[in-house]
Amino acid sequence: MKTVNIPISDDVIRELKVGDPVALNGVMITGRDAVHKWMIETFIRKTRLPQGDDLEVYEALKPILNGGVIYHCGPVVSGLDTKDYKFVAAGPTTSIREEPYQAEVMKHFNVKGVIGKGGMGPKTLKGCQETPGVYFHAIGGAATFIAQSVTRVLGVYKLEFGVPEAIWVIEVKDLPVVVTMDAHGQSLHQVIEEQSSKVLADLFAK
Amino acid sequence: MRDLTNEILELIRRTSSDLPKDVEERLKAAVEKEAPGSAARGALETILKNIELSRKNSTPICQDTGTPIFYVKYPAGWSTLQLKKQIRAALAEATKRSYMRPNAVDAVYDKNTGNNLGGDDFPSIHFEEVEGDELTIELMLKGGGCENVGRQYSLPASELGAGRDLAGVRKAVLDAVQKAQGQGCAPGILGVAIGGDRGSGYIKSKEVLYEKIGTRNPDPKLAALEEQLTEEANQLGIGPMGFGGKTTVIDTKIIGLSRLPASYFVTVSYMCWAYRRRKMTVKANGEVLYD
Repeated sequence: MKTVNIPISDDVIRELKVGDPVALNGVMITGRDAVHKWMIETFIRKTRLPQGDDLEVYEALKPILNGGVIYHCGPVVSGLDTKDYKFVAAGPTTSIREEPYQAEVMKHFNVKGVIGKGGMGPKTLKGCQETPGVYFHAIGGAATFIAQSVTRVLGVYKLEFGVPEAIWVIEVKDLPVVVTMDAHGQSLHQVIEEQSSKVLADLFAK
Repeated sequence: MRDLTNEILELIRRTSSDLPKDVEERLKAAVEKEAPGSAARGALETILKNIELSRKNSTPICQDTGTPIFYVKYPAGWSTLQLKKQIRAALAEATKRSYMRPNAVDAVYDKNTGNNLGGDDFPSIHFEEVEGDELTIELMLKGGGCENVGRQYSLPASELGAGRDLAGVRKAVLDAVQKAQGQGCAPGILGVAIGGDRGSGYIKSKEVLYEKIGTRNPDPKLAALEEQLTEEANQLGIGPMGFGGKTTVIDTKIIGLSRLPASYFVTVSYMCWAYRRRKMTVKANGEVLYD
């Protein structure tokens, strides 16, 4: 297993290939549906004016995301009353819903890695080549196990999006993932989709 | 009437943190089928470690604690109004204790209620009065990832070459599995309803998932189709997490419904490997058992 530290350099990213098991270390943020929509509308396509603390949060996120990682995750968090936050369960959510946004978010913030499950499509694969970046696949549903890799919750933004949708800033140690889309245009998901599509056609012909 | 709030809270804790034995056993058997060192085998090994840890720590197996779907079967004498209040109170408490993630989001105003209580529709509760003197409450937690890959087909479906017969049903179900890829957290369990209307098709395709793995439809024709579909779905090679591999589907359960002459729906509910379902029984003497 390769150990990769965040922030990640372009050289390290280009060394990663589909199939590589990786242990991730460092600071990252969680971000899923509401966060990607908010980023795209407010700062990238600018179809919505910044409101409330939007600009402040944007400035705080920029250094974390430069060379950084976004985790598609809506955690179960304890300590909400005392703000002594702890991740109780923190597996990945299905990534394909961010397909319309992901490549633009990667390029805008120079995001090097996206963690999720289920893989992403051609737009994100192209984004991985251009940024460059990779897609890391975590094990879907392995929430208690993965939460053990989250050593600290450093803070939270946009808690008004709800606990699962907020931006949690976390420190991780040896978070286990597998590279399934790399910066060289390779995608395990594309391969499996094509192979299973052929088998399906054969089964239909029977 | 007895207050069951604490017992229901325990039902929720067990459902979220402790996977049923029949599911765990199938996952253990699936490990052996994958090549040593493969991503598929690694995924299943991690899944099994996670099941054990969640049970030990009383923490959610999956952070998406899903839509809570309750089925309450009660003998005469119980108040469904009171039971509903107790279920809702138990769910709010379970959320406070981190057995459940706050999962009820107002779809119009985009606001998470923070306690898993939405309108009358969330959690989902089905009541049925039954003969006898035992009350049972069954709970399934169905995550959003697998719910999103569920599909409903209206046959004939010319794009699949699927007509209004069991051969057409077979094509629809296999198409749903191929389209799901790994996104429903494979290996999955399929609930299939043939017939019904669009609403009853989805409800019944989930109801069959309350049965244990390996329970076959009493109709031999459907039992054979259940086994055939599991076997053929596994030929697709999608594998655990969609990494490629031998186990894509663990089991298939089919229910046949009545349909209108004009309609022929095939509805597929996909359940993720984190197949969280539990049952509690309140005996006539007051004893409470968990299964």
